[in-house]
Amino acid sequence: MPAIIKNQAIVESDYQWVDGEIDLSTNNLLLPLTTYIAHQDKLSARKDVGIWLEAGENIEDAEAFVSKLPIVALNFPAFGDGRAYSSANILRRKFGFEGELRAIGDVRRDQLEQMVRCGFDSFQMADGQNLEKSLAGLNSFTYNYQGSIDRPEPLFQNR
Amino acid sequence: MYIYDKYDQTMVDERVAQYRDQTNRFLAGELPADEFQQLRLRNGLYVQRLAPMLRITVPYGMLSSLQIRKLAHITRHYDRGYAHFSTRQNVQLNWPILEEVPDLLAELAEVEMHAIQSSGNCIRNTTSDQYAGVARDEIEDSRPWAELIRQWSTFHPEFNWLPRKFKIAVTGAKEDRAAVQVHDIGVRIIEQDGQLGFQILAGGGLGRTPVLGAVIKDFLDQKHLLTYIEAVLRVYNRYGRRDNKYKARIKILVRAMTPEVFAEHVDTEWQTIKNGPGTLTEAEILRAKSFFSRPDYKQLDEECSALDQQITDNFAFKTWVGRNVKPHQQSGYVIVNLAIKATAVAPGDVSDEQLDTIADLADKYSFGEIRVTHEQNATFADVAKNELFALWKELCESDLASPNLGLLTDIICCPGGDYCSLANAKSIPVAEAIQKEFDDLDYLHDLGDLDINISGCMNACGHHHVGNIGILGVDKKGEEFYQVSIGGSAYSDAALAKILGPSFAQAQIPNVVRKLVTLYLDQRQEGEQFVDTYNRIGIKPFKETVYA
Repeated sequence: MPAIIKNQAIVESDYQWVDGEIDLSTNNLLLPLTTYIAHQDKLSARKDVGIWLEAGENIEDAEAFVSKLPIVALNFPAFGDGRAYSSANILRRKFGFEGELRAIGDVRRDQLEQMVRCGFDSFQMADGQNLEKSLAGLNSFTYNYQGSIDRPEPLFQNR
Repeated sequence: MYIYDKYDQTMVDERVAQYRDQTNRFLAGELPADEFQQLRLRNGLYVQRLAPMLRITVPYGMLSSLQIRKLAHITRHYDRGYAHFSTRQNVQLNWPILEEVPDLLAELAEVEMHAIQSSGNCIRNTTSDQYAGVARDEIEDSRPWAELIRQWSTFHPEFNWLPRKFKIAVTGAKEDRAAVQVHDIGVRIIEQDGQLGFQILAGGGLGRTPVLGAVIKDFLDQKHLLTYIEAVLRVYNRYGRRDNKYKARIKILVRAMTPEVFAEHVDTEWQTIKNGPGTLTEAEILRAKSFFSRPDYKQLDEECSALDQQITDNFAFKTWVGRNVKPHQQSGYVIVNLAIKATAVAPGDVSDEQLDTIADLADKYSFGEIRVTHEQNATFADVAKNELFALWKELCESDLASPNLGLLTDIICCPGGDYCSLANAKSIPVAEAIQKEFDDLDYLHDLGDLDINISGCMNACGHHHVGNIGILGVDKKGEEFYQVSIGGSAYSDAALAKILGPSFAQAQIPNVVRKLVTLYLDQRQEGEQFVDTYNRIGIKPFKETVYA
């Protein structure tokens, strides 16, 4: 399992990101949304299976069952593709998802703080990213103007 | 104007530190060029044809004399002694050195300035009416709302990686001087049944596919401004196209969905956040408004006999007053426009000395503030009538008293192929050639209001689609040609210009413009401006005269 950043520390990943065929009896899987839906009857009782979504997939498609999942991962096909930030917002704010929310794909240091603010709490970094140095990317700003998932009240509420 | 508190200042200082670290990592080879490009763009730094270009944000065009002096210093110390006023009320430097940009930004931060989100696929500087707070036709001052949008959009974590750039403009007057119909979101302050609120437009824009925005909300309660805009951005961020950068602006999405369906999507999303924590409080609205209170005006009569006499006695002054000076809300005061359009100088370019002069004159005559306009000029918003003549004389000494505001020679023009790596063709020499062709001031004044807009490429930074005469540089087999269109307007009667026909070589352009305006002078009826005559007689006679 690769190393990831979780709760501001470097740890070994506890889930296997599956992109393709897999023996579903394997433990600790992050399955594609469509795979999960296709096998939902067998998987819904499992406590070690989560899903991941491609940037263009609708997070609404997971609304019915997502609260039972331990983890959801959202893929960044490129660091400049910002769709998953909105998916994260909807998942946390609208669906009230309280499990782990992981950023996967082209995840780089200079986007980590934005991801945290949108509700992500673990990060499988892109190939070539230095995890130790990436920790510095979590905290660049002391204050923010607008509300976000990690702090819903905008600055003006307390100014 | 808006004054930073510890929150604003800390954010800007921390961005400088973050950007310095990003620059250092790039120079050390730790940050790949493609990644650094996206990060530096979000801090206004382009790498251009000859050197980097830094776009400094000027929120809704407002600058204090302190800030202008800092800009003058920066052009001397880090650049080549001049700056450029852009068509989005920003200031651009053409010759900064990449390694020195962090120091430059630290100096800007000392005077509450920055380059945050002045480029890249994120929410850009919010623009407004250069006459906000002083215009006679104003419903409400737009600047507090523009400032609230500025704060909300600055470092918004969800909307920093949009499909494409995103521009918001706010107007609070009856005459639209902020061009809200050609912005991604246009916000109009309106009054309905005695209540002030907003009409919201979406999907306007220039560029490759020019389109006027559609109204998606007829009336929005003021406290809901930010949550409603958030809903628009979320729909766009999720569903805007990302497969083709030429189809990625919100206008394409709005058109593909139809404005009605787009508005429904926005409304559905908005219902989930409406009245949530992002809803503006009365205290916050008052706080924002408190920064834009009226300055300490003297009690003056509206009539000023000394000024009337000076106008009678001095023809050049009279001409300048007639073009460049506008009526004011406050009795005894006027709005003064400095046309930064001297012939043989790139439109919008100001030297360090001129900047220092502007700062001094602002202190002396206009409460220490100026506004940058989207026509690339500068405005002194609060000048007492009994000091107008003295101001004019000082402006004349610094080549800042061109009496050509709104005239044909007040050309709106992008930096073009002389500087910009995106451009297909040069634009500044075309502007200069037109200014030289039309050097007879009486003739220009007889022509009246006539906007010429020049863009060096499809990206339309010179807003050629909304010029009465629009000129677009195109590349034909490696040679620079210019497509001419007519009939556009950037104001309340906003319209997109129509292309005349086949493009022209650069040398032909002054003569083409000459033929167009000659036809207008032949055909115009009492009281008609160029665009009125065009609307009455259509494009055909203009085509015939140009291609005869």
